[in-house]
Parts: sequence; structure tokens; C-alpha cells
Amino acid sequence: MNAPIGRPRLLFDFHGGIHPPQHKSLSNQRPIRPAPLPGQLILPLNMHLGAPAKPVVQVGDDVLKGQKIAEAQGAVSLPVHAPTSGKVVAIGPRPIQHPSGLDAPCIVIEPDGREQWCELHPLPDWRTCCPPSALIPRLREAGIAGMGGAGFPTAVKLSPRAEHPIEQLIINAVECEPYITADDMLMRERADQIIAGVEILRHTLNPKEVIVGIEDNKPEAIEAMRRAATGTGIEIAVVPTKYPSGGEKQLIYMLTGKEVPSGGIPAQVGVVCHNTGTALAIHRAIVFGEPLISRVTTLTGKALREPGNMEVLLGTPVSALLDAAGADRNRIGRLVMGGPMMGFTLHSSAIPVVKTSNCILAASVEELPPPAPEQPCIRCGSCADVCPADLLPQQLFWYSKNQDLARAQQYNLMDCIECGACAYVCPSHIPLVQYYRFAKGEVRKEVAEQQKADRARQRFEARQDRLAKEQAEKEARRKARLEGSKPAAASGVDMAALKAASLEASSAYKAAVKALKAAEAEGSDQVATLAGDVEQLKAKADAAKAAVRDAGNPPAAPVVDVAALKAASLEASAAYKAAVKALKEAEAAGEDVTTLRTEADALKAKADAAKAAVRDAGPAAAKAAPAQPATAEQPAAEKADDGAERTQKMKALKTAFNMSHKQFKEASAALEHAEREGADNLDELRKQVERFQLKADKAKAALGLLVDQAKADMRASGSDLKSLKIEAAQTEAAARQKARELEAARIKGDDERINVLSRELDALQREAQVAAGALKAATDEQGLADA
Amino acid sequence: MTTILVAVFALLALAAVFGALLGFASEKFRVEGDPIVEQIDALLPQTQCGQCGHPGCRPYAEAIAAGEEHNRCPPGGESTVVALSELLGREVLPLDAEEGSALDVKRVAVIREDECIGCTKCIQACPVDAIVGAAKLMHTVIADECTGCDLCVEPCPVDCIDMVEIKPTLGTWSWQRPPGVGSKPDKLIPVVTL
Amino acid sequence: MSLITVTSPHATRSGNHTGAFMRQVVYATIPGIVVMTWLFGWGTLFNLMIAIPAALLAEAAVLKARGYNVRFALRDWSAVVTAVLLALAIPPTSPWWLIVIGIIAAIVVAKQLYGGLGMNPFNPAMVGYVVLLISFPLEMTRWIGPHEAPSWFDSFRMVLASANVDAFTGATPLDSFRTWAGNAEQLQALPILHGEFASLGWEWVNVAFLIGGLYLLARKIITWHIPVAMLAGMALIALPFWLFDDTRYASPLFHLFSGAAMFGAFFIATDPVSAATSRYGRLIYGALIGVLVWIIRSHGGYPDAVAFAVLLMNLAAPTIDYYTQPRTYGHHRAKRGATR
Repeated sequence: MNAPIGRPRLLFDFHGGIHPPQHKSLSNQRPIRPAPLPGQLILPLNMHLGAPAKPVVQVGDDVLKGQKIAEAQGAVSLPVHAPTSGKVVAIGPRPIQHPSGLDAPCIVIEPDGREQWCELHPLPDWRTCCPPSALIPRLREAGIAGMGGAGFPTAVKLSPRAEHPIEQLIINAVECEPYITADDMLMRERADQIIAGVEILRHTLNPKEVIVGIEDNKPEAIEAMRRAATGTGIEIAVVPTKYPSGGEKQLIYMLTGKEVPSGGIPAQVGVVCHNTGTALAIHRAIVFGEPLISRVTTLTGKALREPGNMEVLLGTPVSALLDAAGADRNRIGRLVMGGPMMGFTLHSSAIPVVKTSNCILAASVEELPPPAPEQPCIRCGSCADVCPADLLPQQLFWYSKNQDLARAQQYNLMDCIECGACAYVCPSHIPLVQYYRFAKGEVRKEVAEQQKADRARQRFEARQDRLAKEQAEKEARRKARLEGSKPAAASGVDMAALKAASLEASSAYKAAVKALKAAEAEGSDQVATLAGDVEQLKAKADAAKAAVRDAGNPPAAPVVDVAALKAASLEASAAYKAAVKALKEAEAAGEDVTTLRTEADALKAKADAAKAAVRDAGPAAAKAAPAQPATAEQPAAEKADDGAERTQKMKALKTAFNMSHKQFKEASAALEHAEREGADNLDELRKQVERFQLKADKAKAALGLLVDQAKADMRASGSDLKSLKIEAAQTEAAARQKARELEAARIKGDDERINVLSRELDALQREAQVAAGALKAATDEQGLADA
Repeated sequence: MTTILVAVFALLALAAVFGALLGFASEKFRVEGDPIVEQIDALLPQTQCGQCGHPGCRPYAEAIAAGEEHNRCPPGGESTVVALSELLGREVLPLDAEEGSALDVKRVAVIREDECIGCTKCIQACPVDAIVGAAKLMHTVIADECTGCDLCVEPCPVDCIDMVEIKPTLGTWSWQRPPGVGSKPDKLIPVVTL
Repeated sequence: MSLITVTSPHATRSGNHTGAFMRQVVYATIPGIVVMTWLFGWGTLFNLMIAIPAALLAEAAVLKARGYNVRFALRDWSAVVTAVLLALAIPPTSPWWLIVIGIIAAIVVAKQLYGGLGMNPFNPAMVGYVVLLISFPLEMTRWIGPHEAPSWFDSFRMVLASANVDAFTGATPLDSFRTWAGNAEQLQALPILHGEFASLGWEWVNVAFLIGGLYLLARKIITWHIPVAMLAGMALIALPFWLFDDTRYASPLFHLFSGAAMFGAFFIATDPVSAATSRYGRLIYGALIGVLVWIIRSHGGYPDAVAFAVLLMNLAAPTIDYYTQPRTYGHHRAKRGATR
């Protein structure tokens, strides 16, 4: 296991790379100093890569240093801890460390200055006390994320899949970006603790080799680390200075000659890579039980009088650090979090330092002047010469600019690590990285949209199937009822059926009236036909009502007549449907009057027949008298019971649906994550998602069934509350609309129009009053009935 | 005479051989393509909005395959027209839509829930079953499943459904395309200080 | 304080811009200009003096018409480079109108009509040259014999097209090979084919451009791939034919130091806009230009072949790039062509 000392490791050189001016001596001349305690600590719930944490404290709560204030949500997530003792003063959106400039939820703590720790659980005997796997949950609970830049939860990286045995553990101490010296100073001052952290990592991963990669521009750090690593078997490998040798993929290649497969993770080639700062945090988390609440951040740039490295509590606003480093605010031209090559500009100095903030670069305008205007690409190929991923940046630029995403992907757009080497050397000053980021965003958007479209298609098809099935069932029920009504009629009166027929007729009439109104409003030439239809339907509805009344008063109906009545009502409803269809077609096409007319004629004939049948049923019904009230009352009582039970059931089903839908969403999110991370339990997750979806669909289907039943019953019980309610709402809405128009007319000063409108408004308001009155009466009635 | 016969026979023999070869090749190297309707359907945005005059995307795909014009999909916009033209080898037509109906911004329906009277009309109108609720009970939109088709807005008797623009989140935000040659990509903004 | 919010990287290499690149190319032609003036007289300088203003004017006019910021665009020096390259390619005896027509063909047609800098598929200077060569074959093939430089007054009259040019011109070494009607021994005895180590006079022109090219390599304005591949391609195909029949085919050394060989290799074929861009692509592109130059020189109907060879390979450059993508990190093998 011990690497032979003295034999330098064989290094592989990656393609490209650049040598920008280092500017490191600006910040590595002073020892690490503690940053002052700011007035407020702002802790984003998303300091890491993955799902944001969920707050477990409330505004006004007192918290202790190191206390958990937000817990991890899901597999790839981390908790957040209070960096000092104090009071939670706000939980809400604040500007955070993101190039978009969007706000995100944060917990704001006002320190009390006492620095009072919560109870910690140190584990100094980690080597012997428990199996290595027991350490991993501790790291997760300590909130440890990769501190080099991306902020990936460390615990996830430490749980590699069994089929990927880890051969090399690489500690990334390269720090190849100009200006940044946080890791450099950390190694100079705390090499022992870093090595101790590396030992813990080795203990959990059990790799064949442990290699610490350091760039050769940090001789003091190399010396310190060599001393600390003596006798541990940890190899200190010195790599030549070249940007971006600190890129994870590039470092892995330099030290091992292995390439991480495109779209894959280092574990797939048996490598795990961690940052020096992370190793130190791991040491503190295990040996002292301290969660990750502070980090070393480089404060540098020519706008600072006292640049250097500071031990900063997470959540400290950048402005507090600028003050501490003696910033000349008038000189700051650009504020960068991270290095000058890959960092992002801040739009506010209130943005807090988080787990991944390795550097705050307060650059003067002369130091980082505004970008020069973009010139045309002359295809000089300098970008291709420096690309560490061996891409053809000028081709990617061309396709990204023209949004030819397929071609851009063909040229491996997604393998771009956004290191910025191409834009650094571009003589035409093209913001190449932004073009690639834009194109990558478009690719992701396209994928998301495709997924959504696929889901919409599935749902649409499922709905079509369901509707078709419902239609078929309805048809079957109607047939069954038609056949079943014969014996029922023979035994006496089918009052319920009669009532239903009447209701159907009346609702057909109402629908026809509405259609007519709509047609009038549009000035369609179908108005006359539709008006005729309405007349007929009204007559039919009246007749049906009369039949019901007749049947109720002298209740008796012979077999044949009831059946005829039924047939008539069915035909009438068919006629209604035809009328509606005709209207729709007329609306859509605005032509084809002859067809409509023939249809209307047919409708007329049918309606006539129905009318005749109903009329016939009137006198005949007089003959059938006995037993009607009894049969009518009993089902009503049953129905009331049914209703209450159903409401309960409906509620339960709704809750069930909501729950399973939520579970489904959560599971899909987890799956998505897993897919992104390339985790190994994809199939399992997928199954879970399917299960939840099935459950949700089932609940929804049951709910739908119940709702339909309720609707049918409501119709059968004759409570027309719903339509009354709608009518009331509609008239009210119409009145409101008129009032608005009137207001507009008044503003314009159109007297004639004002007169007309106010008259119309009066009429509408009256109508609305009537409708409201009717609704109230109906509700009262309903209330009585329910009671 | 013999020359002519030889020529005729030679040509016939050649025809037979090449015919057999072609027949064999067409069997051996047959390309199993999606039926055209599937391919068209895959290009449509699946909002199921019915703005094309068909009850959903698939029926419109069938109609296009049957010869209908392929420029009637406002949610798909120009890009869909272009993609369909490419697939079908037809001319690129200008989008057949009312002014402003083809919106670039994505929207979802949101029900103002305290105004909802529970009439279920929107539920019936939704082509993708993205609205849940029951009669007389409040309804709500499953935002993730909503395609932003607008079909639920019209039927609502109390006008309590709004089409709300989807705002970018940290998860969906992405960089803008740089403005191009000759322009400076920077924007100067004042700093917010706490 | 006001902060700018821009995308990374925030640092860029200082003094690194297109105009500086292009200026370096112009500086690198200076040795060639000096030698050509020494050999062929003041005509070369007159060419330059007419070509550069004409190119700037033509470029400015088109940019203005296209609604561009003229001052900003002219600062990239690309028009000057095109003008210098074209002025050096055409004979020093050319009248002013010939140069102007060539410039218009190069700047307006070959460059701006295709979308301006960076969008032109063909090398503008070579398009201008070929247009002139096809339209005015007589004017375009009148080269002054080496070391017979006319006085500056004669050169001036030639520019104004008022001198009897034929009195000053003779066959170039390459012409001698092509147009020779006598036997092989007489051809070999021609003095123009025997300079210090290659063709008379022209060898020094090529040496000068080689020096300029090495300067460009040293300043990392160009990479070695295209020139080396082109010269190697030319020499390697010339070698077996010369060994086979040295009376009809010129030696590789002769080819390398005759006509526009070095000028083409370092200044024309390396024009990044119209060349292939991947590493292997550049090698293939350069080598094929070399081969084409030899073929056209040995069997074609025109005095020199660099322009045609470069334009032909300009056509092929996108295809070459398409099939020579490098293997991206993390991929098993390079994508060659379309693999959707």
C-alpha cells in the first residue's frame, strides 16, 4: 500500500490548457484570519447540489451553534446548521449565490455573540468504534458537501456501488484557478488535519491508492503536506501548473490515465475525487462532531487593501467580508464568487458565503475590464488548441449560436466543462462559454418539454379511452333500463323514470336556450332554426312536466304508455344532441345551412312524435293509481343515506389521491435526480414511480366514478341546485360585464350608448336578482330536505 | 437478326438479374419506419388544445397525414411548422393563427380557488385530466400536468381560471444567448446593499 | 459601486485580438515585399499602394450598405491582409484597374457577399486572383524577368497602363517547364531554371516568404500543420516522378522554391476562415493542397497552381472537418461523420 518514496508518479498530460497570470501572491502572503461576526447570517436552503433542505425552525426560535436548522429532503440533499448561536429572524427569499440573480429561500439568523455550541457527538476512535459505513450517515448529518465548487453531497460520493470497486482516492489540492489560495493556505497551516480527514476517507472507501494532487506553484503547501503524510502511505503528487488541471476529469486523467466516460461519474472508472477543504471538514465532523458551519474563503482583488484568506462562518454576507478586507468600494468593478475563469458575478453584496464559496474576487475595473465587443469568429482554432476536453469549440459556437442543437450535441456539447479556456484565448472576444451554457440550457429545456409532451399524450389517450368506456357503459345501462322498465311498468307506475324523462327534457330545453343565446350573440344565421328547436324542446319539456304532474296526482299508467313516453324522451334527448352538434358545426364552419336545415326538420319530426307520445301518456296515466307514494318515498330516504356516505367516501378518496399523487411526484423527482447522478437503483425507483402513479390513477378513477354517480343521483333526485347556482353566477357575471362596459362608455362620454347600456344593465341586474332569489329558495329547500 | 436477339436476351437477362437483386435488397435492408402519423404526432407539442380544429394532437396528426395543412398548430409555433415541412417534404407555410395567439411564454392554468363553485365544467374540458375536484367541491389544477391549452378558461361560469406565465426557477433558469457581433454583453446594474 | 454581471471567464489574454493577429500577418510579408521589389522593381509597391486603399474603401462601402459599424469592423485589419496578399500575388507589371477589379472581386464578392469576415467559404485573395487570371490571362502572366527590374518611372507608367510592358517581361521558371516545345536537353539548359539552388530569382522570393512564415509560427499566429503538410505533400509527390524522369519533371526542391509555394503554404493556405480547423483536418487539407499544386503545375494549363489548389480544398474543408473530429475526453472513439 505504501507508495515508494522518491519515484515520481508517471503523469499523463491532457490536451490543451492555458497559463493565465496567477495573481496568487496577492492573497497568500497573510495567514488565515477569522472573519468578523456579521450582524446577520443568511443561510440558503440550497448551499449544495441537490434538493433544498426543509427548515425545522420557526421565526423567533433561539438556535445554538451547530444546531440543525433545516433537514435534508431526499437522497441527494443535505441539512443546514446554525453557524453560531442566535435567533432566527426571518425565513424567506433572499438573493443567493446563483448567476441567475433569482432569490431563493434562506434562513436568516441574528447572532447573539455568545457562540454557544449545541451538544456535539465526537468520535475520536472512529477507526475502531464502528464499521466504516457507519461514518457516512454522520457526514451527511454534518452537512458536508464538496467544497471545491460544485457542492455535491460528500456522503453520496462515499457510497459507491458494489460493481465499481474504488482503486484510487484522489484529493484535489490543485487549485488551478488564478487568484484563489484557500486550499494553498489551508495546506500550509492545517496539513495535519487534512491528512487526518484523508485517513477517514481512506477508511470508508478502502482504495488501493490515495493520491493528493498539488500544482507545482505551491511549494510551501507541498512541503507541509509531504511532512504530514510521512508514514501514512498517502502519496503527494505534484502536477505542472496548467489551467484547468484542477478540473476533476483532467486531474483524474493526469494522475491515473483514466478517462471518466462521457456522462458518467469517476466511480465508474474506480476513482473518487475529493477536495482538500472537504477532507478537513470531514476530519472535524467525525473527530469533533462539528457540522460544516464555516470554511476558508480567499478574499482577493486589487480593490481590497488587505486581501487574504479568512475563516468565514457560512451565511456571512459578502459585504461584511469586503469591509473586513478593507475594500475600496469605488474601485470594485466586478464582484466574482469563485475564480476569474469559472466564477460567476454577484449582483448584490448581500449574497452570503456558502459551502462552495472558495473565493470572493473584488476586482477593480483595470484588473478585469468590461468585456470587449464580440467580433466575428475567424475560425483561427485557438480555442480548439486549448480545449481540455478536446472539443471543437468553434463548431460548437457556430451551432449554439444558430440553435442547431442536434449538431451541437453531435459535436459533444454536453462534454464541455465550461472551463473558459476557449473564451480566454479567443481573439474575437466571443463569450463562448455563455453560448455553450445557452445551448445546454436549450437542450435541457427540449428534453423536459419532450417528456412533458409524452406525458400529455399518455394522459390524453387515457382520457379518450376512459370517455369511450363511459359512453359504452352508459349505453349499456340505458339498454338495461329500457328492458327492465317493462316489468316495472307492468307492476305499476315508474314515477322515477317519468321524472327523469321530464328532467332530461327540461335540461335539453335549457341547453338549447343557451345555444340560441350564444348564436344570437354571434349573429349566426342559424338563429331561426335554433329558435324553432327551442320552441319544440320547450313544448316537449312542458309536456313531460305535465306528465309527471298527472302521474303524481291520479297516479296510474298503463304499460304501453309509459314505455312510449320513455321512447319519446329518449328521442327528444337525441334530438337535443343533434341540435347542439349542429350549432357547433355552424359555429365552426359558418356555412352549410342546407344540411342543418334537414337536420332541423328531422328534429322537428322527432319532437312532434315525442310530444304526441307524451300527450297520449297524460290521460292514460290517470288510470294507474295505487302504491305510488310508497315506492317514491322509500328510495328517497335511501338516497339521503347514500349521499352522506358518499360524501365521506369522496373525501377519503380525494385525500388518497392527493397523497398518492404527492408520493408519485416525490418519487419522480428522486428518479430524475438518480438519473442525473447515474445512481444504480434506477429500475427500483422507476418501479416505485409506476406504483405510485398506478395508485394515484386508481384513486382518481374511483373518485371520478363516485362523482359521476353523485351527478347522476343529483339529476335523478331532481335537485337542480347546480344549474341554479350556475345561472345565478352567470347572470351576475353578465351584469358585472355590463357595468364595466357602462363605465367605459361613461369615460368615453357616448350618451346614447350609456342609455342603452344602463337599460340593459338594469334588466340584467333584475335577472340576476331573480336568479339569486331562486337559488336561495332552492338552497333553503335543499337545507330543509337534508335536515 | 441474331444480333438483335442477342441484345434483347442480354437486356432481359440483365433486367431479371437486377430485378432479383433489387427485390432481395428491399427485403433484406427494409427500414422499419414509424407510420407517418406517429412521426407527425411526435412533432406536435401535445398541448391537446384543439386550436387546429381537431380534438387533440393525434387526430390532427391523422388529418395532416390525410393531407390537411400543417400550419394550424399555434402552440407549436413556427418551429413545428418547419419541422413538419421537413418531415413531410411540404412547403413551409406561415403559421395559421390569430395575431398573438402563438405565445412564446409557457403558461399554466390556475384556479382562484375561493371563487370556484365546483361546477366540474373545467374538469370535463381538460384534455389531459389535469384538473381534480368533484361536484360542489373546489377544483384545482395539477400544474405539472397542465399543458396550458386554455380550454378550461372558456367553460368556467364564474371566470375563476387564470392562465399564468411560468416564471423561471433556479432549476429551470438558463443563460440567455449572447447578443452577438459588435455588442457589449455587459449590463451595468447598481448593487443592492443591505 | 456599480457591478457588471457577465458570464465567465472574467479574464482574457491581454493584447489578444483579431486586429493584432491580422497585423502580424502583414508584418510577416515584409521580407517577401523587399525581395520582390529588389527582383521585379517598384511595381510590387505600387500594387500594394493601390490595393490597400481600394480594399478599405470597398469593405467600408459594403459594410455601410449592410448597416454595420464601419469603424469597428475595419479595425479587424482583415481587408488589409486580403489586399496585401492579392497585391503580392499579381504581377508587378499590372495596371491599376486590374488591381481594383481584383480587389472588388475579393472583398465584395468573395468576402462580403458571403456574410463578411468569418463567413466566406473561399479565400478572398485567391478568388480575386483567379477572377483576374481567367478574365485577363495576358496581363496576369506578364512577369518581369528576375534581376531585370525596370526603373521606378517605368513601373509607374506600367501602373498607369501607358508603357509597353512586353519589353520588360519574360517567362517564369514554371512557365518555362509548361510551354517548352523543344527537347528535354534544351529545357534543362535554360538559365532561368538554375539559380543558386532552385529556380533563378524566385528561389529568393520563396526564401523570404519562408522567413515570414517562420515568424508567424514563432508568434503562434498559425500552427505548423497546414504549411508542413502542404510542403511535404508537394515534395513527396514530386520526388518519385523526378526520379523516374528528371527531364520532364522538376525536382522537389525546385517545386518548393518556385512560384508561390512558400507564399501559398504560409500565407494563403493558412487563412483560418476557409481552411479546415481540426488537427487531423489541417494535415489532410494541407497535404491535399500540396498534391493538387504539383498536379496542376505539372499537367494543368495555368502558370501557377496555388490559387486553384487552395480554392478546391476550401470546398472540401467542411467535409474534412466533419470527418476529422478529435476524440473528445470520455468518449471511446472519435465521432467520424454523422452518427445520429
